[in-house]
Amino acid sequence: MTTRFTFAGDEHLLAVCDEEMSFPAFFKSLAVTRAIKARAIDGVTEICPGNASYQVRFDPDRIHPDDILREVQALDLAATDAAPVLPTRVIEIPVYYRDPWTHATLMRFRERHQDPDATDLEYAARINNCKSVEEFIHAHHASPWFVSMVGFVAGVPWFYQMVERARQLQVPKYVRPRTDTPRHTIGHGGCFTAIYSVRGAGGYQMFGITPMPIYDPGPGPRYLREVMVLFSPGDIVKFKPIDRAEYDAISAAVAGDAYTPRIRPFTFDQREFARDIAAYNVRVLGALHDD
Amino acid sequence: MIKVIKPGLATTVQDLGRPGYYHLGIPVSGAMDRLALRSANLLLGNDEGAAALEAVFMGPELVFETAAQIAVTGADMPIKIDGVVQPAWTALAIKAGQTLSFGFLQVGARIYIAVAGGIDVPVVRGSRSTYLIGAMGGYQGRALAAGDRLPLGRQTQVATGRSVPEQLRRRPQTPAQLRVLPGIYVQRITAGALEYFFADEWKVASEADRMGYRFRGGRPVEFVPREPPFGAGNDPSNIVDSPYAYGSIQIPGGLEPIILHRDAVSAGGYFTIGAVISADMDLIGQMQPNTPTRFVKVDMAAALAARKERAALLDRIRASLR
Repeated sequence: MTTRFTFAGDEHLLAVCDEEMSFPAFFKSLAVTRAIKARAIDGVTEICPGNASYQVRFDPDRIHPDDILREVQALDLAATDAAPVLPTRVIEIPVYYRDPWTHATLMRFRERHQDPDATDLEYAARINNCKSVEEFIHAHHASPWFVSMVGFVAGVPWFYQMVERARQLQVPKYVRPRTDTPRHTIGHGGCFTAIYSVRGAGGYQMFGITPMPIYDPGPGPRYLREVMVLFSPGDIVKFKPIDRAEYDAISAAVAGDAYTPRIRPFTFDQREFARDIAAYNVRVLGALHDD
Repeated sequence: MIKVIKPGLATTVQDLGRPGYYHLGIPVSGAMDRLALRSANLLLGNDEGAAALEAVFMGPELVFETAAQIAVTGADMPIKIDGVVQPAWTALAIKAGQTLSFGFLQVGARIYIAVAGGIDVPVVRGSRSTYLIGAMGGYQGRALAAGDRLPLGRQTQVATGRSVPEQLRRRPQTPAQLRVLPGIYVQRITAGALEYFFADEWKVASEADRMGYRFRGGRPVEFVPREPPFGAGNDPSNIVDSPYAYGSIQIPGGLEPIILHRDAVSAGGYFTIGAVISADMDLIGQMQPNTPTRFVKVDMAAALAARKERAALLDRIRASLR
C-alpha cells in the first residue's frame, strides 16, 4: 500500500492511502493526520482525515507546495511503522429502526429506488442474503463500527463496520438522490453507514433514526456545547436498538438538556483486532458497560 | 441598527470565513468574492475582514435607523439612497431614516454592502459568517428576512466620496475563464476526455450557489475502465468517499462538472479532475447562470504566479485608500 500524492489546486495536498477501503488504509490516514497535527507545520490550515485518504490545506504564501509535500511524505512513510495503538473512545448510539418518519419519507421517493415495491430495509436485507429484516437489523447493530471520516455537511459521520470484509453490509445508493431526508436518519450507502446531522437531500438507504443530536452550532445540549460536533475519526460506535417508548423518553431528556450519551475511553490495538476480530469486539463492547 | 424591509433573494452576513473546522464538515464560508468584501471594508476604514452583507442576484431594501457610512462593491447593480442613484465602490454617507435599495442586476452576481463598524452579529467559532445548512453564525444562522434588525459595530469616520480606482475593480469577463490545475483523480478519465473538458464551452447551470457551481454544455467524459475498488460504488465516477478541496471539480456520472465553493461539502464519493486555482475563486462568485465559461489548464507555477498577482492587486487597492 503506497500512498499517492496529488495537489488539489494551489492550496490543498490530497494523499490517497489506497483506492479501496480497508482497515489498513483507514488506520494509515488516521495515524498520518495525527502526526501532521502534532508536528504543527507552519502554513498548514486544515487537516482532514478521510476513509482511505487524507487532505491537508496549506497557505502557499507561508509554505511552498514542494515543501509541504516533502514534510507530509516523510510523515506518511514514518506512519507505516508506527505503533498501531490508538487511544479512542466507544460511544453508544440509540437507534429506532423502522421508525415512522424515515418510512414516510422513503415511501415518498419510491420511484427513485432500485426496488420500488420494497422498503429500504427489505431491499437491503434481501441483497445482503438475510432471511428477514430482523436478521439484517441485528447484523447492523450487533458489531461495532469505526468513525472513518467526519464531514460532508455539519458533522456527518461515516461508519465502517468492524467485521471481516465478507460480512460487511453493502447496499447501493438510491438510483436518484432524494430531495429530503429527516434529521438524524441512519442511512447506508456502499459499505458505510452515516447519520444525517441536518435535514436535507440524500441518497443513502434509510434504516432508522436516532433521538440523539450529533451536531449543534450552539448553545444546544450540554454534551455538544464545547465540541459542536459529537464524532471524531477513530471513535468506535455501537448502535443500540430502541423502541418508540425509549425514543420518546430520550427525546424528552434531550429537550430538557438532561441527556448524556454513554461514552467510555478505550485503547484500540490494531494487531489484536486483526488477530481475532470477533473476540476483540467483545472487549470493545465490554468497555461500554464495565463501570 | 439597520432594519430589513425586503431581504432580497438570499442575503447573508459574511466575513472572511471560519477556517479550522473543515475536518468536521463545517466549511470556511465567508464572502464568495473576497476581493470585493475587502475593498468595501477598506473604503470605510474597517478591518478588511469585518462582516458585511452579501446579496446575490437581487439587492435588499434596508432602512438605516442610525446615520452610517456604507460602501457597495462587487456586481453592477444600481445603488439608491431614498431613490437617488449613488456610485459603486465608493464610501457613501447615509442619514438616519434613509432607505438603501437597489435596481436590477446588470453585470456579475453578488454585491457586498459594508457598513462602517461592520455588522455586529455574534462571533461564532471565530467568525460572523453564515453557514446556511448548518444554521450557524450570521444573523440567527439564516438568510435575512423582512423585519430583522442588524446591530452595527463602533464606527470610525472616513472621507465620504473616496472610491476604489476603476482600473483596480476586478470585473467579470464574458466568456469567463477559470484556470484549473489538473490532478486529484484525473487519471479516471481518458486523455481525450480531459482535452474535451478544456476545449469545450460550458455554461453556468441554474444550480449555482454558495456550496457549488454546476456547469452544462460540454461533452460527457469518457472513463478509463476499471474493476470498482471495494467501498467505492459501481458507477465509474465513484471513489471511496474522500475529502474534497475548495475549488475542486467533480463530474458525477461524467456529465455535469460541479465546482465546490466557500460552503463546500467537505467530502464525498465522486472523482474530481482538478481544482480551480485560488486566484480565480472570487471570479466564480460573480458568475450568473448561463455565463459561457472556458476552463484553462495551468500548472502549479502559473497558479502561484496568479496568486501573487492577485495579492499585488489587493496591495494596490490598499495603497490607493491609505
